[in-house]
Amino acid sequence: MPKTENEKGFVDVVNGKYKPKGVFHIPEANQPIFNKDTGKLAGITNPRDMTYMHSYGGEAPFFEGLGKGKLMATRCDNDKCDTKGSIYQPFRIYCPDCLRKNTIIDMTDLAKTTAKIYSYIITHRSGAFNSLPKPIKFINIEFEGVVTILMSVLAVGEPEFDKKVVPIFNTKAPTYTITDLRFVVEGTSESELPEDFTF
Amino acid sequence: MIKFSDRQLKIPKLMRPVYLATVGMSKFDRAFPETRTEELCIQAFTAAADFVNMTPSELKQYIHTCYYGHFADHFGDQLLGESVIHDRLGLDPLGNIGVKTGGATGGSTMWEAVKAVASGYSDCTLALGWERMDEVPTDEGNHLISAAADKDWETPLGHIYTGYYAVMAQRYWKIFGKEEDSFRDTMAEIAVKNRGYARMNPHAQAPMKITIEDVKNSPIVAYPLRALDCCLMSVGSACGIVCDEKTAYEITNNPLRIYIAAGSHTLRVADRRNMAIPLLPNETPDTYKDLAKRFPGSDRYPGFTGFLAARMAAYYAYGMAGIKDPIEDLDVIELHDAFTISDIQSYEDVGLRPYGEGRDYIESGDAYLINPQTKKPGKLPSNLSGGLIGCMHAVGATGLMQIAEIGYHIWNRWDEIHEPQEKWDAFGRKKPDDWTSLQVKGAKRGLAISHAGVGSHVTAAILMDPKNLLKED
Ligand SMILES: [Zn+2]
Repeated sequence: MPKTENEKGFVDVVNGKYKPKGVFHIPEANQPIFNKDTGKLAGITNPRDMTYMHSYGGEAPFFEGLGKGKLMATRCDNDKCDTKGSIYQPFRIYCPDCLRKNTIIDMTDLAKTTAKIYSYIITHRSGAFNSLPKPIKFINIEFEGVVTILMSVLAVGEPEFDKKVVPIFNTKAPTYTITDLRFVVEGTSESELPEDFTF
Repeated sequence: MIKFSDRQLKIPKLMRPVYLATVGMSKFDRAFPETRTEELCIQAFTAAADFVNMTPSELKQYIHTCYYGHFADHFGDQLLGESVIHDRLGLDPLGNIGVKTGGATGGSTMWEAVKAVASGYSDCTLALGWERMDEVPTDEGNHLISAAADKDWETPLGHIYTGYYAVMAQRYWKIFGKEEDSFRDTMAEIAVKNRGYARMNPHAQAPMKITIEDVKNSPIVAYPLRALDCCLMSVGSACGIVCDEKTAYEITNNPLRIYIAAGSHTLRVADRRNMAIPLLPNETPDTYKDLAKRFPGSDRYPGFTGFLAARMAAYYAYGMAGIKDPIEDLDVIELHDAFTISDIQSYEDVGLRPYGEGRDYIESGDAYLINPQTKKPGKLPSNLSGGLIGCMHAVGATGLMQIAEIGYHIWNRWDEIHEPQEKWDAFGRKKPDDWTSLQVKGAKRGLAISHAGVGSHVTAAILMDPKNLLKED
């Protein structure tokens, strides 16, 4: 059963500290586990309901960008680095080679024009807490000039190797998670996009 | 293009020889609703003592430091689970530490135990691993496993680790398998082989007498992978005890030499960057000069089709042990067959075949105890334990189970562990009427590969009969 507003936990950062408000865990009594065949006690259940507070740190611009329809990446601009000019998507705060802070860049247009499928898989399975519609079409995306291969999901269309895809963003009700970014096959119309998503 | 320095590529050196004195395993199963983890660990340790005709308390007198492999704390809802087991084994006040490297945890635990002996810090160390994945419902278990992926970039995408892994299988299937029915059959053959070998192993969780058609008709998990292409989820424990030469010969008359090395690669497959293929001793730059021509789309290394961590672990371990050609120099091997297709990928990573040609290791019959085509012994039988597909994948114990199984072959004591009717009875399992020995006759050298997830950690452990070493110390 989804929680009511009164049963949810919310957090702000105030004066550099987390300030939680609301309900962060609802206690529930444990239950015994019996062996039905022997009638003997085997163990107990341990119900648990928790909410974590998690910092995005230097990656926050990426997750905030998604809700604004922007795909942010990073690039090493260190003249002394052997891999200078490498563009990273997934967004990396620091260059993995020289460990200098990368430059944040907007690669939305690059993604709209050069994204294509490197690999994919379709699965009807998911784990607890999944919020994506099933089947899930995982895709791995190559972008021109980007040294890495981003993982995402295909929301509209059928995946194929080298097929061109374009990013879509949850701009109407952002969750500020990676699920705010999805892809659709090139040529998809606005009306086919999932609820809350825009190009 | 990523490059490695000569210092990084240095062949690792053990400061003195290290020996495997004894090993042990518990029963493996999907769930043990009425058995605590410590009971399984004590079962494994007691088996190791029995194997060298000692009582557990006698064997404990030799141990100086303990390494515990247990990956998923959150499954058991117990931090410092290692301390619980250490206490229950009665090994306080010895120093102990937990090791966690996903699916490679068992191998990594041995890696640590060996280095402690090699350095002289200890003369005898325990490497013991276990896993407990049966104490949450399956969908929550899937979430907990997916927490081993990047929690911001991957886990929220379906909370299903198989999805993050299977994209690599898809790429291999299309580029190197060319989507051929014959390749699909070869994948299925691995599942048939490993489940068939599991039938001879009383410890094994999923013995099955099946056909290629059965595998190809099993439910799709993520195309092209089907249910019977996938490894098990298991509970159980395994251990090994390693020593310096003097101590090893006090415990047993015939300890085995052990070499072990490790490699790693990005936790997210997404972060893999391009590089030249690091070569093994049985390869030359020419081996791969026309790879992209023969297999269009294979121009990226490791891309999604190779496991750099496995290649590096093999590179280091072969160098340590003097292996020039694994097919010729080794007699038995245990590979991390998480999926049939990743098993094929690993044949290439560890040099059983060059990249792109892994399927031939199965198709040639080399991977069998008895080559089905020639009816003669296979060149390098793999996963006679049943592997992760047929025997078990109790994560923290898996790599140690593999080392134990390789050891039994080289000790020529495989039958003693797998044949006795009393063990089949004690485990509540029916010994097949057609039970046959899988002992590799005259085995002198073996390899065990322990592998984590999408390839973040891999260890390569090589065991040798000390009279049949390939390299002077
Ligand atoms: Zn840099």
